[in-house]
Amino acid sequence: MGIISRGFSGRSREHNPELPPGQFLTEDFPVLSAGPTPRIDTDEWEFTITTETGTVHRWSWADLMALPIEDVATDIHCVTRWSKLGTSWRGVSLDTLFAGVDTSYGYTMAHSYGGYTTNVPLADLMGGKAWIAFEFDGQPLDPEHGGPARLLVPHLYFWKSAKWIRGIQMHKTDDAGFWEQNGYNIYGDPWLEQRYS
Amino acid sequence: MVSVNTETPTGRSIMIDVPGWGGNLAGQHLDLRLSAPDGYQAVRSYSIASASSGDRLELAVDRLPDGEVSPYLVDDLLPGDQLELRGPLGGWFVWRPEQTTPVQLIGGGSGIVPLIAMARAHAASGSTARFELLYSVRTPEDVFFRDEIASLASPYFAVTWVYTRRAPDGWPVPAGRVNRDVLAAATIPASDGPAVFVCGPTGFVESVADSLVALGHAAASVKTERFGGK
Repeated sequence: MGIISRGFSGRSREHNPELPPGQFLTEDFPVLSAGPTPRIDTDEWEFTITTETGTVHRWSWADLMALPIEDVATDIHCVTRWSKLGTSWRGVSLDTLFAGVDTSYGYTMAHSYGGYTTNVPLADLMGGKAWIAFEFDGQPLDPEHGGPARLLVPHLYFWKSAKWIRGIQMHKTDDAGFWEQNGYNIYGDPWLEQRYS
Repeated sequence: MVSVNTETPTGRSIMIDVPGWGGNLAGQHLDLRLSAPDGYQAVRSYSIASASSGDRLELAVDRLPDGEVSPYLVDDLLPGDQLELRGPLGGWFVWRPEQTTPVQLIGGGSGIVPLIAMARAHAASGSTARFELLYSVRTPEDVFFRDEIASLASPYFAVTWVYTRRAPDGWPVPAGRVNRDVLAAATIPASDGPAVFVCGPTGFVESVADSLVALGHAAASVKTERFGGK
């Protein structure tokens, strides 16, 4: 319990149990990128998974669209404290993409067009927990929000859902990505409020 | 909280003593937490307007119409009140006095806050790196730290004011938004390799960042900090 702020009452609202600690609900969809928005045409887009042997699994946009596509309804939580409940996406599950991938490494680094990186343990990408998402709210994903496709890992703070996803590299150790090197938590569980390092 | 100063019709700057703070880098932010007697808490992040090494820091806050924390900070907070802060936070959108590259600061509205921290750090360190600021506001009344920005002008710090809705009387340029032409005319060219920091509402930042890339700035040289928005 903190210092009581003299005269502060906040908006009287009941605590929403669907919100992780310290989060507030927004109807907006804030954009908080660290740099300019990359503009990638689906004609030139590709997604790769690269393993420790140097094997590269590659998908073009057409390849991605030919895979089983799932409807995803989920809550998302940004480390800057806004949350959106019940957002809808369409994408390809990482379980589908990793089906033919042979790796003994347990960690990954997601790489984005424009240079952004974020690390995610392999276990957090598997088991129906992550997608390459290309539609939000029934529309093609806007570049500002990571289109043409972004990684979607909603059980972690949303900086882990790398926008403009280009590829996933297998790592032997949990190496820090961009925000993780700039003060943010290596894992990022919103329910444990793992915001900062 | 030590003292406040009204900056705009909806904004004020706030000076706070934080025992043990130990200073922060220019561009960093902090988390500020308010607690109501019934246990309700609200936390929001604020960029720090100061960049000193001591225990006193300055914030500048704009009251959001539907805000939960900003109205309290702008309208209710009184000298002597206590605040809970956490930080400093952030390692990306920062400027360190050791950096010698030219720097272009581009701020929209209250986006000036981390940028003025950088301008203050630049002046305080005696840095001779070339610094330019383009500050875009809707009307002259919306300017934060007007006098101080004017006083920072030096051979190493130049300011361009842009008024998007209403310019001061007699202003040579009609009111208008920052677009590619304005940036081409009034900012350090890409060929000089500046480090660019853009801060403000997300629509402003998005438009400015796109224009900078179109003008030849390397995307990696343009750092952005966006406040809210779609």
